[in-house]
Amino acid sequence: MSLRELKVCLLGDTGVGKSSIVWRFVEDSFDPNINPTIGASFMTKTVQYQNELHKFLIWDTAGQERFRALAPMYYRGSAAAIIVYDITKEESFQTLKNWVKELRQHGPPNIVVAIAGNKCDLSDAREVSEKDAKDYADSIHAIFVETSAKNAININEVFIQISQRIPVIDADGSAVKGFKLRRQPSESTRERTCC
Amino acid sequence: MDPNSQQSGNMEEVKIFDPSILPPCLDQIDLAYSDSDVLSENHCVNEDHRMPSDPEGLLDSADPTSEESNQPQEPSSTDMQKLDIDDDRPLCAGGSETDSGKASEDSALVDNGQDDSSEFVVTVLARGKMEEQGMGMKGASSPLCDTPLGPPSHRNEDVTAESWRQHRKHVFVLSEAGKPIYSRYGSEEALSSTMGVMMALVSFVQSGDNIIRSVYSDEHTVVFMQRGPLVLVSVSSSRQSEQQLRNELLYVYNQIVSMLTQASITRIFEHKKNYDLRRLLAGSEKILDGLLDLVDSDPSLLLCAVHCLPLASSLRDSLSQILQKAITPNLVFSILIAKNQLLTIVQEKMVIDDARLEPADLHLLLNLIGASSAFQAGEIWTPICLPSFNPDCYFYAYISYLDPPECTVCLVLLSTDKEAFYSVAECKRKIEEAMQAQNALNAISKAHSYSVSQVGVSDLRHFMYKPFDVPDNHRQLTQFTSPEMEAPYGSEEEQTRLLDLYRDMHSRIHSTSRPLKLIYHVAERETLLAWVTSKFELYTCFSPLVTKTCAINAITKLLRWIKKEEDRLFIRYPPKYSTTPNPSKSSRDGH
Repeated sequence: MSLRELKVCLLGDTGVGKSSIVWRFVEDSFDPNINPTIGASFMTKTVQYQNELHKFLIWDTAGQERFRALAPMYYRGSAAAIIVYDITKEESFQTLKNWVKELRQHGPPNIVVAIAGNKCDLSDAREVSEKDAKDYADSIHAIFVETSAKNAININEVFIQISQRIPVIDADGSAVKGFKLRRQPSESTRERTCC
Repeated sequence: MDPNSQQSGNMEEVKIFDPSILPPCLDQIDLAYSDSDVLSENHCVNEDHRMPSDPEGLLDSADPTSEESNQPQEPSSTDMQKLDIDDDRPLCAGGSETDSGKASEDSALVDNGQDDSSEFVVTVLARGKMEEQGMGMKGASSPLCDTPLGPPSHRNEDVTAESWRQHRKHVFVLSEAGKPIYSRYGSEEALSSTMGVMMALVSFVQSGDNIIRSVYSDEHTVVFMQRGPLVLVSVSSSRQSEQQLRNELLYVYNQIVSMLTQASITRIFEHKKNYDLRRLLAGSEKILDGLLDLVDSDPSLLLCAVHCLPLASSLRDSLSQILQKAITPNLVFSILIAKNQLLTIVQEKMVIDDARLEPADLHLLLNLIGASSAFQAGEIWTPICLPSFNPDCYFYAYISYLDPPECTVCLVLLSTDKEAFYSVAECKRKIEEAMQAQNALNAISKAHSYSVSQVGVSDLRHFMYKPFDVPDNHRQLTQFTSPEMEAPYGSEEEQTRLLDLYRDMHSRIHSTSRPLKLIYHVAERETLLAWVTSKFELYTCFSPLVTKTCAINAITKLLRWIKKEEDRLFIRYPPKYSTTPNPSKSSRDGH
């Protein structure tokens, strides 16, 4: 079985639950009192997708403004970006749109964008309607899911959908999933991010 | 600082010491006592207030001589009255520095004794209001800063409540425009007018080409410090010396710099005077909270020295060797921490020739790691500035715990290369492998602080020893050693009390006007002896019944014991490596 390394970065406003999503995906646990990420946190998880192993190299970035300037370092060379907003915070959805713009301008050309509306367990306090978000995601051809890291809703789903989308955009015309593609993303990742 | 909120009443009782048995050398202090009282009303120093890089302590040493109390002449008479009252109190001489100079505008206002000074305050307050309306709280506040972060804490405290006022030490950070940046207790928004008044005080005194340094009231010492565009204020009833409070504010300032760099703080405020710096510090309040807790509970910050975890020298050496072997270009420091204490640190040769790593920087780093659980998940890569090393540049820190999920042993690798994450992470793998091969984690988990009973000196309850006599050690990494605090200092209150006593001794030893070499101080519940020589600085705590001879003998024994245990207690020869001059050696790590 071939192993592919997929670099994925999480972007989005502070406090929307990026780390919680990663934590749920990697460790299947949830900490309601999680501390704000400092800088960026790197984690990996390998999952089987069809007849391939996908090793996700996950860059969980800090949402705080002071780390904003570092973001290019993490999304550069990424195969996918998960942009997270909080369905109970309208402004976090606005921030998301800014991230989409930034990725358009400075991100890798074929980056897979996934939009995750987190905290869907708090639908009572909802400020962003699912339809609006879905329409927006469709307009930019992004994956869209509402998630809850707390209740483990749709977390794996995001990554599965990313896996599904990845091979299609791969180089050398090979649309066949899972064959001889493995080096491509990881090498470009490394070339561009390392010394 | 709302004067009405400042009760000159009974917020905290002064600790009662027994002044009857004081060594003769302390007589000098009494002289200094009355000296400083006259002056300590409102410390205005004739200096250019625009000097942001005013090195700490310079102003202070100028204290007794260059001070001009030209602003509040009148209250000094109140001072003298208060002074009499103070003298009646059975204070230890050392306490005098902080206890002296009672009358501030605040208490004067409450007392209604001094029309002039009341007027002064009223003027200041009016000015504060003007400032607030004029340049203060306007500015578009970012939606980001409204995001509530972290669990409920002191942030949500009601700032009008008595309990808020009762806090032993408040720390405020504000911008020159009077904008709140940080408050230890209560939300900054709720305190914006309070901070406005603080800034008004600062700028009022500035307008007379002076600098406000401190205000003393019955219960509180208020210390002001300006650093570039930031103003830091400590309001403390802890009876610490002004110098100590100032040092603490400097730590706070440096922790902020460690996150943003001095250069960018300056740039931001040059660009926009009423910028809301909380936008950039969002989520970092916990780090400042943690620092202030550390300042109150950990003597390493007072002593400006690093506390190492005691470790068999063979084990420490082998850990150092492991770190020395796992290198990559541009790696500058490799630091191994266990239980928030230093295990070993390896430093880049060339870098350390240029500038040494200051304990203060290490404290900021340790606090950053200890204050946030964010480091317990995954491998962290974050920019960090070491202000004493270079306040304007970032290092890139790789931070990862080696023993998840316990998370007690932490590896920190600092690189100058922003893009070096993967190669630095590779160093961690090597370190991990080597440590596994030697079963080092297991050995580290057995290491712990020691008990004073191991010294084998009866009557000795606790001590802090900071050596100067290992030239290499001192030049490269100032350290100190200290046993666990045990009964009767088991409870938090008692630990605080002992630390207060140490702080008091420390401030007397390091008094800028009358430094002392030896203090033998009999307090109610213990006897303390502090001693500074060219070779060490030592603070000891004995049971109250110890005699002077006994204490001297005990110290001789203690020094002998430390000498014997030196290799275990200290990093004797801080190891080094070389990563810059010959990068080919480690090119394997690069990609």
